[in-house]
Amino acid sequence: MNALNRRQRTRLLLLAAGAVLLAVTLAGMLCRERAMETDFSRVNLAPGLSCLFGTDWMGRDMLARTLAGLSLSIRIGALTACVSAAIALALGVVSALSRAADALLSWLMDLFLGIPHILLVMLISLAFGRGFVGVAAGVSLSHWPSLARVIRGEVLQLRQAVYVQTARKLGVSRLRVVRRHLLPHLLPQVLTGLILQFPHAILHEASVTFLGFGLSSEQPAIGVILSESMRYLTTGRWWLALFPGLALVGVVLLFAAVGEHLRRLLSPSSAHQ
Amino acid sequence: MRHRLQFAGKKLLRMLLLLLGVSLAAFLLMAASPMDPLQTNVGQAALGSMSQEQIAQLEDYWGVNTPLPERYLGWLSAALRGDLGTSLLYRQPVLQIVAERLGNSLGLLLSAWVLSGALGLTLGVLAGAFRDRWPDRLIRGWCLLLSSTPAFWLALLLLMVFSVWLGWFPIGLSVPIGAAAEQVSFLERLRHAFLPALTLSVTGVSGIALHTREKMADVMESDYVLFARARGESLGGIVLRHGLRNVALPAITLQFASVSEIIGGSVLVEQVFSYPGLGQAAVNAGLGGDLPLLLGITVITAAVVFGGSLAADLLYGAVDPEIRRGAAKG
Repeated sequence: MNALNRRQRTRLLLLAAGAVLLAVTLAGMLCRERAMETDFSRVNLAPGLSCLFGTDWMGRDMLARTLAGLSLSIRIGALTACVSAAIALALGVVSALSRAADALLSWLMDLFLGIPHILLVMLISLAFGRGFVGVAAGVSLSHWPSLARVIRGEVLQLRQAVYVQTARKLGVSRLRVVRRHLLPHLLPQVLTGLILQFPHAILHEASVTFLGFGLSSEQPAIGVILSESMRYLTTGRWWLALFPGLALVGVVLLFAAVGEHLRRLLSPSSAHQ
Repeated sequence: MRHRLQFAGKKLLRMLLLLLGVSLAAFLLMAASPMDPLQTNVGQAALGSMSQEQIAQLEDYWGVNTPLPERYLGWLSAALRGDLGTSLLYRQPVLQIVAERLGNSLGLLLSAWVLSGALGLTLGVLAGAFRDRWPDRLIRGWCLLLSSTPAFWLALLLLMVFSVWLGWFPIGLSVPIGAAAEQVSFLERLRHAFLPALTLSVTGVSGIALHTREKMADVMESDYVLFARARGESLGGIVLRHGLRNVALPAITLQFASVSEIIGGSVLVEQVFSYPGLGQAAVNAGLGGDLPLLLGITVITAAVVFGGSLAADLLYGAVDPEIRRGAAKG
């Protein structure tokens, strides 16, 4: 291990975590059929060698269901994190460049942050008719304020930079300045912001689905699995809730680790360590 | 003093505008929902057997036919007079339901708010003071784990271990089943609220602790702490005299910002413990398409959150002499 410096080690860890996440996503997509398959000859099996995570009251393999659910969560997380990062980037840049837009946006941000997050996701999901569209819209439309605030601060700082001022004085158009000088600077910020939003997006998707405002109950989503497990908790079927939840925590931790390592690699203050 | 009042007045005005925005946004979102309140609450079969007049009556009751601006303005003018409408599901005034539910939730929310704040501050200060040594690593790891754990799963786990296996606590509700409200002792209520409150406080800790740690670590690297060390002050003395004072402001911000998170968490936790609080009412209202109730709950929780940030702004002046003097000058 001593042969590698810290940067190389960070990169290796990043690759390993990314590979695990990709494997889970792909495995879940392949397991989708098995996750729906019912087999009444093996109902309510406790975890054992034949079924690592046990089976539920319809004889469905919990391992396959968990994998399919995680894969679904990761894909929804990817979609919503990308959408909300794009919104944050656009709004952050616009609000830093125009004063009227800034006043309006900061008011809008306060408004979004004033409603408790879960309640906001619930409301947006309702407006879009629940289901996949509802939960995707809810999570992506409610996560942008924090990142937009960071980007706005960054643009305000960049605007004072000598090369931006010079470009403006030389008569370069506003749009061109944004494209040539601002965006390249913002990209690492947005990228890490995007990855760091993943864990939140996944957790909120699961929470909202758990409450019944998200994916429909036929889908093998983690939120659905856990809300179904609640009904069987008192009868001592602990494995229905324990393993899917643990797996979800594991995935979220991996994403947090990926984001943290990526930040360390990209951020100038720690890139040389 | 006049400046403080002016400052508070400006904040209050902004808060009212924000509340207006929240109510409009929540109203539009609920009204945009393609969910048909008649289908969800009355059911296809029952609708089929009804006469046209009955259906029209029901449509009037759920407000399907009234145009949107009229509905919102009607709601707003009633709300300004202190009437938030009548819940369609419970057939009671929204204010009455909210008051009743909030009464159930308040103990939960308050204890979780105070506990998570105190615990988060302590852990954050400890981690910052022992930066990069084992207490810091332990606390940081614990916080990372907690922030990656969904609140409802933690609630499920606690329910499984303490209620189902060990049987120390009841499985749900806020009072024993079948008992009249007046006969339930305080202790019994406490026993029912313990697990939900514990879950809520634990989930709120990590954010506060991690932010406080950053601040504390900054303080520990400052020149005045270096000088205090050179004078031979003990670590405990430094933390008490220099550390705590300097993390007080961010701690206030964090504490009041966590109000929103705790209310949001209570929605999930109450659902797991079937605790009849405000969060559960919000979920029921959302699933049942009960516009007045969900709107009322959203506006009232937003008012609480904005009130929290207003309180934080006012407290700054009381805590920090620099801000106090700055306001007097400027």
